Amino acid sequence: MPSTDTMAATDDPLVREHRIKQQAAQEQRRDTVVRVVRQTVTFVVFLGLLAGLYTGYKAFGQSIDDAQHDWPVVGSVLPRTDDLNMPPVGKIFGQFGETPGGQDRIYVHLLFDEAVFTLREAFAGFLVGLVIGMAIALALAQWRRLEQGLLPYVIASQTIPLIAIAPIIVIWGRKNFDVFPWEWQDWMSVSVIATYLTFFPVAVNGLRGLQSPRLENKELMESYAASWFQTLWRLRLPASLPYLFAALKIAATASIVGAIVGEISAGVEGGLGRRILREAFNYTTGPDRLFASVLGAAVLGIFVFLVVTAVERLVVGNQTQESTT
Amino acid sequence: MSEVPSMDEAMFPAQGASSLVIDIRGATKVFNPNKSNQVEALDEIDLSVGPGEFITLIGPSGCGKSTLLRLVASLIPPSTGTVQVNGKPAEQARLDRDYGMAFQTAGLFDWRTVTKNIELPLELMGWSRGARRRRAAEMLEMVKLSEFANHHPSELSGGMQQRVAIARALSFSPSLLLMDEPFGALDEMTREHMQDELLRIWEETETTVVFVTHSIPEAVYLSTQVIVMSPRPGGIASIIDVDLGDRNASTRDDPAFFTKVTEVRTALRKVEE
Repeated sequence: MPSTDTMAATDDPLVREHRIKQQAAQEQRRDTVVRVVRQTVTFVVFLGLLAGLYTGYKAFGQSIDDAQHDWPVVGSVLPRTDDLNMPPVGKIFGQFGETPGGQDRIYVHLLFDEAVFTLREAFAGFLVGLVIGMAIALALAQWRRLEQGLLPYVIASQTIPLIAIAPIIVIWGRKNFDVFPWEWQDWMSVSVIATYLTFFPVAVNGLRGLQSPRLENKELMESYAASWFQTLWRLRLPASLPYLFAALKIAATASIVGAIVGEISAGVEGGLGRRILREAFNYTTGPDRLFASVLGAAVLGIFVFLVVTAVERLVVGNQTQESTT
Repeated sequence: MSEVPSMDEAMFPAQGASSLVIDIRGATKVFNPNKSNQVEALDEIDLSVGPGEFITLIGPSGCGKSTLLRLVASLIPPSTGTVQVNGKPAEQARLDRDYGMAFQTAGLFDWRTVTKNIELPLELMGWSRGARRRRAAEMLEMVKLSEFANHHPSELSGGMQQRVAIARALSFSPSLLLMDEPFGALDEMTREHMQDELLRIWEETETTVVFVTHSIPEAVYLSTQVIVMSPRPGGIASIIDVDLGDRNASTRDDPAFFTKVTEVRTALRKVEE
């Protein structure tokens, strides 16, 4: 039977049209591979250019210094080019392999351990922020009046400078948070700060996503006499995923920023924030170490971004919207 | 497996005291009553539809045909009057899942495969996994899309998506199919093709259909009865019975077809004056 089915199907003008479309889609998939390769190459070239520009500017500035010339902008608007202000690229990267005094591990190993520590804080904060953000989004989606009343405050919460609230949260954590069955640790305060940056994009985009289904889709669920929860689980939540992942990419990198800033103002030992603070103190004796540790933080941010992107690919795939026809 | 109705039970549901599928009496609909933006959408609608009929609602924009369809679907309540479906209030009929619905946009869920889209109402009704799979396969065969069972909607053309939507609407064998301009977004060739498909499915499943359209030829070609509606407030201007018998490629060139098209067009001109 299947053979006759296929025969009948090819007579069908719609199916023939589909075949053509399918072929186009296959070509598009091939394009995707090309695109990923191209993006990677572009990124590496971009990094190379940046390093080249940095080195070029440095060489230029030094040649001026050597010739005892004064040049406007260089050394005033733009940084001075001596090794203290701009350590050479080679020395910055070389630092990753050095063993700083009193340590038995190379620098990149130290940074890695500290990045894992910071990542853990950020991840705990990210998860809590995700839950809180989605809860707010659900509540606001459910009650229209709440959206008008509460949303301005959600937005206002993000205008408070993080640097200002971080120490407050740490102090509260040490003195007040004894309602929890576990003993409150300083790193938990850092997670709370990460949460503070995470919940906002999740709440705002989650709300948009939950409201994204078209009227006809909602009517369809109603025509099936679907319950509130069935509509949420089968329509609203899946429809919100593309919006949610857009927010999660922002939230993931923001949680790293929150954790690093939190560590710095909380004085929590063991993470990248503390490392950056210490290298800033010791800048004059090892400027390349600060640059290297900041690079480490940047790599961590890119890493979490890529992780979220990969999860998005896995969960949402290429089906990002409801069909429109 | 007892929760799964057999094909026979599902196709010939018990119909209570009345043998009418739809029975509307004195239904009116006013949107935003007692406000500055009050709109009288429907005025005193009386309409009855027997089993197996194919009813088309046609009329100028704003005549309330979609509103009337939504009253039958109990997606909105009438302001006054009663709407009964299968001998019970429309609300109850909706809760009992007595009808399937298709919209102007196919409205498929893009995160679900074609099969999973057709299974959606069955999931909500608590069918077992095996029964769902079997029924979805049957429905796909009916709309001739078996080989696309595991595709996602975005990979299908508009006409194919609309066929999946029809399969989804009929998957649980409702006695009534409500369609709101389902072919409005399709090109003319695809549209005529889909009309033939719909007629074939209608004959196969013996479902009662209420179909909203803008197109006079479409209304005449499909229906056993064309209901011409007048605008502001929406009302029924005239009811035109159509009997073209078995429809095929030559029907569209048939003088009887043109006579009916002219008749509907004349009725529409009258309501627009």
